[in-house]
Amino acid sequence: MNIETIQADLIDEFSIFDDWMERYEYMIELGKSLPMIASEFKTDDNIIKGCQSKVWLHAELENDTVVFTADSDAIITKGIVAILIRVFSNQSPETILKTNTDFIDEIGLKEHLSPTRANGLVSMIKKIKMYALAYQTQIGL
Amino acid sequence: MKNQSSNTVFDVDTIRKDFPILSRTVNGKPLIYLDNAATSQTPQQVVDVIVDYYSNYNANIHRGVHSLSQEATDKYENARRTIQQHFNAAHAHEIIFTSGTTHSINLVANGFASLLNANDTILVSALEHHSNIVPWQMLCEKTKATLKVIPMTSEGDLDMKVYDELLLLKPKLVFVNHISNALGTINPIEEMIQKAHHVGAAILIDGAQACPHIKPDVQKLDVDFYVTSGHKMCGPTGVGMLYAKESWLHKLPPYQGGGEMIAEVTFEKTTYAGLPHKFEAGTPNICGGIAFGAAIDYMNSIGFEAIAAYEHELLEYATEKMNTIEGMRIYGPKTNKTSVISFNIEGVHAYDLGTIVDKLGIAIRTGQHCAQPIMDFFKISGTARASFSFYNTKKEIDTLVEGLEKAAMMLR
Repeated sequence: MNIETIQADLIDEFSIFDDWMERYEYMIELGKSLPMIASEFKTDDNIIKGCQSKVWLHAELENDTVVFTADSDAIITKGIVAILIRVFSNQSPETILKTNTDFIDEIGLKEHLSPTRANGLVSMIKKIKMYALAYQTQIGL
Repeated sequence: MKNQSSNTVFDVDTIRKDFPILSRTVNGKPLIYLDNAATSQTPQQVVDVIVDYYSNYNANIHRGVHSLSQEATDKYENARRTIQQHFNAAHAHEIIFTSGTTHSINLVANGFASLLNANDTILVSALEHHSNIVPWQMLCEKTKATLKVIPMTSEGDLDMKVYDELLLLKPKLVFVNHISNALGTINPIEEMIQKAHHVGAAILIDGAQACPHIKPDVQKLDVDFYVTSGHKMCGPTGVGMLYAKESWLHKLPPYQGGGEMIAEVTFEKTTYAGLPHKFEAGTPNICGGIAFGAAIDYMNSIGFEAIAAYEHELLEYATEKMNTIEGMRIYGPKTNKTSVISFNIEGVHAYDLGTIVDKLGIAIRTGQHCAQPIMDFFKISGTARASFSFYNTKKEIDTLVEGLEKAAMMLR
């Protein structure tokens, strides 16, 4: 699916909530429905640093698109990573690299974007973009 | 809410009026501040001292002949005497102003680098904050001395039997915190100091978590070094102190070179200034030092006995209420602790818990509390920690418990 459409859908889904509790409950739900990461990828190497909770992120190249799988031991963090995967997974490296993260602000989760937040959302985005850059180089070769 | 079961006149409502921050809201809810073990809030009386300093007598100290410099010097040295009296040090010059506990510890560790060699051992307790482990590891790397750890029992107390055995190694130094930041455990420092001295070891006590709750008497303790931070006891951040016995201050070399710490300087040789200036290079945090003194005055005006009695009451109340939450596990000792509750709720990550209760205006700490070895000991990735101060109320604890229940319901 087109990355803009996915973002617009997310913004739309979150717009029906009046307060933070409903937004968080939805995020928790997204976290719970995140498909399991294959256990062989839940390694220390795949842990994203900068999170108070543990986040594992794995990437693979399939048909020139990057497929991300992830997990976290904290459910809110897992919800955040689920949102990122919905947006960025199955996209081309080029699309991933040029897409900004304004949608996070628009779904009312701006507070998580601060680089000093202990949830490491910024680190997750950085890691996603780094994978994209690596695969772009690989395809280019 | 009047605190009626205590013998002292302790009116928490009146006390709360001294802290303007306590009447603000967070995320649209009244702030409930329960991260006091990380930093305490600052009463208006101390804020006024800071404003007064910059409004009326800001000047560099110890060298100006002009009136402002003299006024600032007098206030700064008065603060040193306030701290001296509070801790009952024999001399004012045994109080060294530092930027905080970490700086104080590094000052001592650095000084010992010239006193240790590869055959020496130093002991550090397993209950330590990172700041009390890393400087000693660095010291041991430098001197090739051996670092040994005094382990914990499963209750979260220090294992005194092993301590006795480790002392047979005749360590040169022992380091232990007065009270653990992660668990609130009060360590038996009187006994530990006595035993350390018995084998000729010096002992440093980290009092950062103790000083907000109790008033240590360094002479009665017969401790060699005692360190603490201003911001844990109603003072500003960036200021703290090192108490050291005068004899040790003469033995240790200066920590940093610079202005204030010299007597005479030529390119051939510099002679160092007397105590305490030998250890206070450069322009210090003058305003911070003065405000630290004011914070100690403020806490003494309430009284440490009254504070301890009231906080104990809050701790018992909170422990009882929190234990009613399904799946609650509280870490550390049941008795012999300060008003800190380190906990987890089964099936809920501490980070999630902290995030949700923050939305309800409640500030608690989550994570490893800079004490990873303790977390490893309990085989957990972290805990949530609520720490109570004399300006907290039982009503706030009720709101915390409601908030935790709500969060657990959302997160499970």
